[in-house]
Amino acid sequence: MTVLSAKNITMQFGGLTAVDQFNLELSANELVGLIGPNGAGKTTIFNMLTGVYVPTMGEIMLNDQSIIKKTPHEIVKLGASRTFQNIRLFKDLTAVENVKIAYHNFIDYNMVQGMFRTKKFWTEEKKAHEECMKLLDIFDMGEYADTLAKNLPYGQQRKLEIARALASDPKVLMLDEPAAGMNPNETAELMETIHFIRNKFDITVLLIEHDMKLVMGICERIIVVDYGKTIAEGTPDEIKNNPDVIRAYLGD
Amino acid sequence: MDHNKKKAYLINAIAIVALYLVFFVLIQTKTMNNYFVGIAIMTCIMIIMAMSLNIVAGFLGEMALGHAGFMAIGAYSSASFSMALIDGGLSLPPIVTLVLAMIVGGIVAGIFGFLIGTPTLRLRGDYLGIVTIGFSEIIRIFFINFGPTGGAAGLKGITRLVNFNNVYWITIIVAFLIFTLGRSKQGRAIISIREDEIASEAAGIPTTRYKVLAFSLAAFFAGVGGSLYAHYQSFLEPSKFGFMFSIEMFVIVVLGGLGSLTGSIISAIVLTVLPEMLRSFSEYRLLVYSLVLIIMMIFRPQGIFGRSEFSLIAFIESLIQRKNVKNSIGGGEAS
Repeated sequence: MTVLSAKNITMQFGGLTAVDQFNLELSANELVGLIGPNGAGKTTIFNMLTGVYVPTMGEIMLNDQSIIKKTPHEIVKLGASRTFQNIRLFKDLTAVENVKIAYHNFIDYNMVQGMFRTKKFWTEEKKAHEECMKLLDIFDMGEYADTLAKNLPYGQQRKLEIARALASDPKVLMLDEPAAGMNPNETAELMETIHFIRNKFDITVLLIEHDMKLVMGICERIIVVDYGKTIAEGTPDEIKNNPDVIRAYLGD
Repeated sequence: MDHNKKKAYLINAIAIVALYLVFFVLIQTKTMNNYFVGIAIMTCIMIIMAMSLNIVAGFLGEMALGHAGFMAIGAYSSASFSMALIDGGLSLPPIVTLVLAMIVGGIVAGIFGFLIGTPTLRLRGDYLGIVTIGFSEIIRIFFINFGPTGGAAGLKGITRLVNFNNVYWITIIVAFLIFTLGRSKQGRAIISIREDEIASEAAGIPTTRYKVLAFSLAAFFAGVGGSLYAHYQSFLEPSKFGFMFSIEMFVIVVLGGLGSLTGSIISAIVLTVLPEMLRSFSEYRLLVYSLVLIIMMIFRPQGIFGRSEFSLIAFIESLIQRKNVKNSIGGGEAS
């Protein structure tokens, strides 16, 4: 079953075509990698899929619903969430508060009930706190719950961002270079985590990554883009031996 | 509500009642004359203004320099309302009239907050600052030229309904409501916009909606503060609500710490009482006032409390702990 599909999406910035007729189909519970040299248009594709940019042309469907011209928060509600290439946490809030913010849509009380501290407020907040702690525990981050996000070690910050993205209960999780800046040990741990959450939450994962070891190690399918165009698509082994891919990365 | 929270609520409630009793006794025994009571009432009003501005400046993290405008709207609308009520011959108890007038003032200001916030919150930072200055000037100039509320000569004959008793409790209620707002799901959403708007949107927060909400709420409570001001001064003139008054409120919030409500309260007290205390050497008044601000910004640019809140229970606990440590040290020496 297709969860997320993009048909011929094109993004033009003035005269520059950053992404040219890109196609994508993600099935349920798939783990797909999106790779390409610097400036190939990977993050632009992400930004279109998550509503940050509106494509110049083309159609994007999430769970059989068009998400063109929807705002990012509406797309999150429809079931696609993301992380960022340069970590974007709420730095001056604690880890658990970071997760609670993304859990927002599942907390059910209105502003007046919150301001007057009705019983509903306490029960809902308690439930939210427990759920968010559960999520942090999955990432072994329970002990960091009350640490300010800015004081967390780098690897934990990356994990917290993934935990936050999962708090909105997505069907599709998009990770933008989750291993950027990590050492080999942390990367290996991250690979396990990604694999684990895919199975645990039964979601589809699309990830952009430069670390070939990580991509080749966990992705079932890889899409290679260069100059905004898909140049190859297939299993890791097929990609490794594809002459077009080798040319894109190493030159002629 | 767990045990610790109950304890914290209880201790705060005791402290609030105790403080009230202190003032009550001071006023009853005439130790505090009318002049000082007047300062206390103005302080309470400034606390409400600073806390409401903190919703936008601290929680939302936007520069809003037109708070006096919303205060003016609240003041004029509530004053007109209460005057109409009393002229209409309705003899409600004063406190009921005041509360009704406050709600009217708050709602009218809130509506204007919504109307002004919706188009302007697309702007950020200094641009928003400039636009809000513009709007508050428009409001001021409107009242200068608006005949029915007295124009430039001012609105006279507002019944004085505010005294220290009711303004104290109203301030407590407003402080409670703004505090609980900051610690609810809506408050978290607003704060997340301050932290990182793009991430907030990506976490599923409808950022535009919450920005407008924060702006309208701030305007609402500014309107409440304005209503109290109107029914305390019993006279309103448009020139009071000028640009400098907005800046004064912004300074209070920055000095207390952007995002810290207890900081706003303390700095509102200091910055309202200090100029009054310095009145005796009026020539140096502004000099000292400015110096205090400059020194403060050099040594503590994040404000008195930064973004954290002063917690009475934590303060008491630290005192007890210090005492225990001292005792155990003393005990060690004795043995």
